Amino acid sequence: MRDDAADQTIVMQSEAMQVHLRRMAREIAKANPDIDSLVMLGILRRGFPIAERLSKLIEGMTGRAPEVGAIATTLYRDDISRSPASPKGYTHFDFEIDGRSVLLVDDVLAKGRTIRAAMDEVFDYGRPARIQLACLIDRGGRELPIRADFLGEKIPAGDNEWVRVRLRELDGEDMVLIERYAREEEEDAAEETA
Amino acid sequence: MSAAPHTEREIQWTRRHLLGIADLSREEIETVLDTAPQFAAVAKRKSGIKKVPLLTGRLAVNWFHEPSTRTRLSFELAAKRLSADTLAMTTSASSVVKGETLHDTLANIEAMQADIIILRHDCAGAPHILAASHTSHVINAGDGRHEHPTQALLDAFTIREHLRRKTGNPEASLDGIKVTLVGDIEHSRVARSNILCLNKLGAQVTLCGPATLMPARVEEMGARVCYDLREALRGADVVYSLRIQLERQQHGLFPSIREYIRLFRVDHDSLRHAPEDALIMHPGPINRDLELAADIADGPRSVILEQVSNGVAVRMAVMHLLVNYGGAV
Amino acid sequence: MSRIVINNATLPGSDKKTSLYIDEGVLKGWDAPAGLVDAEVIDASGLVACPGLVDLRVHFCEPGFESKETLASGSIAAARGGFTTVVTMSDTHPPIDNAGMVEFVLRRAREAASIRVYTSACATKGMQGHELTEMAELKEAGVVFVSDNRRDIESSAVLRRVLEYARMVGLPYVAHCEDADLTGKGHMHEGYWSTVLGIPGMPRQAEEVRVERNIRLAEMTGAHIHIQHVSSAGAVDTIRRAKARGVRVTAETCPPYWSFTDEMVQTFDTNAKLNPPLREASDIAAVIAGLQDGTLDCIATGHAPHTPTEKEVEFAHAPFGCIGLDTALSAAITYLVQPGHLSFERVIELMSAAPARVMGLPAGTLEPGGPADLCLVDPEQPWTPTPADLGSRSRNSPFLGKALVGRVKYTLCGGRIVHYAA
Repeated sequence: MRDDAADQTIVMQSEAMQVHLRRMAREIAKANPDIDSLVMLGILRRGFPIAERLSKLIEGMTGRAPEVGAIATTLYRDDISRSPASPKGYTHFDFEIDGRSVLLVDDVLAKGRTIRAAMDEVFDYGRPARIQLACLIDRGGRELPIRADFLGEKIPAGDNEWVRVRLRELDGEDMVLIERYAREEEEDAAEETA
Repeated sequence: MSAAPHTEREIQWTRRHLLGIADLSREEIETVLDTAPQFAAVAKRKSGIKKVPLLTGRLAVNWFHEPSTRTRLSFELAAKRLSADTLAMTTSASSVVKGETLHDTLANIEAMQADIIILRHDCAGAPHILAASHTSHVINAGDGRHEHPTQALLDAFTIREHLRRKTGNPEASLDGIKVTLVGDIEHSRVARSNILCLNKLGAQVTLCGPATLMPARVEEMGARVCYDLREALRGADVVYSLRIQLERQQHGLFPSIREYIRLFRVDHDSLRHAPEDALIMHPGPINRDLELAADIADGPRSVILEQVSNGVAVRMAVMHLLVNYGGAV
Repeated sequence: MSRIVINNATLPGSDKKTSLYIDEGVLKGWDAPAGLVDAEVIDASGLVACPGLVDLRVHFCEPGFESKETLASGSIAAARGGFTTVVTMSDTHPPIDNAGMVEFVLRRAREAASIRVYTSACATKGMQGHELTEMAELKEAGVVFVSDNRRDIESSAVLRRVLEYARMVGLPYVAHCEDADLTGKGHMHEGYWSTVLGIPGMPRQAEEVRVERNIRLAEMTGAHIHIQHVSSAGAVDTIRRAKARGVRVTAETCPPYWSFTDEMVQTFDTNAKLNPPLREASDIAAVIAGLQDGTLDCIATGHAPHTPTEKEVEFAHAPFGCIGLDTALSAAITYLVQPGHLSFERVIELMSAAPARVMGLPAGTLEPGGPADLCLVDPEQPWTPTPADLGSRSRNSPFLGKALVGRVKYTLCGGRIVHYAA
């Protein structure tokens, strides 16, 4: 975690986040009429609470809660040695994914490399019927042909900007910020965002 | 669904080689222990695909200069589960006779672009000598009587996992627990690495065995020495039985198997003096009914097979940390 | 032979500047004659003129192990260390256990060595510990003492006869004291570090019980026994008590035994693998006390060369021993004089006159009319030895890379400059 941002701007408040999540839940439920065949894998750390919330919202709408698991991607990253990250929890779910519809859930979509790693990992757990992607924010800057099937909001961000999602479950509040860093740190900032 | 464990720990790992527990700080030991669970989980996947691509394309050479089956297999499996290529090489004292030095042999292996050298050697310090002058990552898989660091790490991991399950506290540590090692301490690298590792993790170590197999001034390494097994087992959270080599008796280090069993065997009789829930551990292979009674080894308190499974996960963690965080070859 | 005038030198234990005038290999006097024009002049400002050092025990390995050392290379190492007189050990291949071998070695030394080389001979044939060598003939051939080198004589009965016979012919017996049964397959001192490192240990009692036995047998026979490389506190104590009751025992220690402890083995550096092994701080204290009170009569190096190929192996497979000629005086200044244990003057005595006296060698003093065997020492110069500094053919020194004080700048043997350090 960095706390040396030169300045930061709030780009999404709690209420807006609820609205986005409710809309996403609706879209997911609509696209997946057979809720029992849908499983959600939240990408650690902040994709996991979002997945849990989406599951609850879907339950409120359909009466059926999709199963939720956590996926770490740490062991599948292509930049492991450059990554300052540690094992932020590890992949953990106890349901079958063979033949089911897997929904990957993450907070911010950027380069797309995390999603690539998550898909590789999913295949080592089974053969899903399909994989979909839900993200709260798309900040742009893709390096792989990946897009979200269900998206909260597009918030384009520059190289020296870091989109930070804060969640009640982990951070005590719901909020999305853009933090700006001095130029020489842009590379680090971009990497961490990914 | 149960909550996924969240351990937020920045990896502070810069070490290129794993030579001994003596070199490691408590933080480094805990980093290995915290890195291992994700690898233990890989082995339990329902899909049966027990592999991750962390060391794709790397070459791990298992160089065994002393016979060993279990440790070699464990390292080989760990490397394969990380997607590394593996080569096994066994040498013997006869290569020394032929005039090929340790350095020559490693230079030859390195010429094949090996990334990781896993060395088991009958001489203390052999991996240390190599690490000082070669580029690959060296892992000590047991050097003479000196150290067997991955064994101590997998033992600590096994104890910690068990404590966490038993207490329900996901942060439970080894601080203050009592571990009694029983058997041939003098010739045991497992004992040495465990004394160091357990001390660093805050456990209290008691050693028990014949005086002829107790090394000089071992108390100064941080252990209580006790020649009475019943006394040594009192209050033990973990009873760790060490393998006794039969040739020690032939060399006159104890009078007879019969007397050894009478004084030092971990069995129902002696365990009456230990707490009922004391864990039973052994590094394998067991001399059944010699140092450890067969029914105890197979009994409910025994975590001997967990040690074996955890060995793979801990060795995966070690290789991952050394290669992916300890600097490129 | 040229004339040499050394100006502005001091002598050990004195601040007074003096000159030394050397002609025809002899120290003629403290002043050059007036009007001398064709002499080489050495300005020895800041240097101390010491007698050429004497080493009672060096392994020059010739014949048989010339890849480790030769009489020529060994004498270069000796000259670099300020030594002008050495006694070679007899564990060559074949061993020096007959007069023919003695003559061969002394002839080779005359041809190849730049300093004065004496030789010793084996006490038993082939160092096998069974049959006595022809000590009377060996004495006539010029040997200084008999010794089975790095082996103790296992049989007390054989040792008794060796001592009786050596006494009869007037040769000292030089003993390596080790109960080999007790050291077993040990590779280092038995103590805390052997336990931590898992290296089989050699308890100090293995040395001590044999010092006691060997001295008792010398006492019984009246022979002169000289104890090699004393390393343990108990051995110093035994020798001290034996001397007090009048036994003809002399003893020596070597630089590693006052410089380093067994902790040095921690890095598995095979240059720290010695026999007797590096021991503990309490042993160092006892060795130093022994040098202070004269229990230990002198300092020797036991210079034991081994090639890098032999030493760059697993600790357990490496041979015992280290070289010492190049660095002995520096080690004494660094670890004995600097901390205030001994005076510089006393160290020079322990390395020149004292060993010469122990073996009755005509060496170790610097007097007008005597041979111009001397070294000029800068007792304050700091240096850190590297392999390139070593004159020895081998590199197995535990002093490599250590910050030392005191350096031999010139060595003259018989009036010839055999070493000069810029």
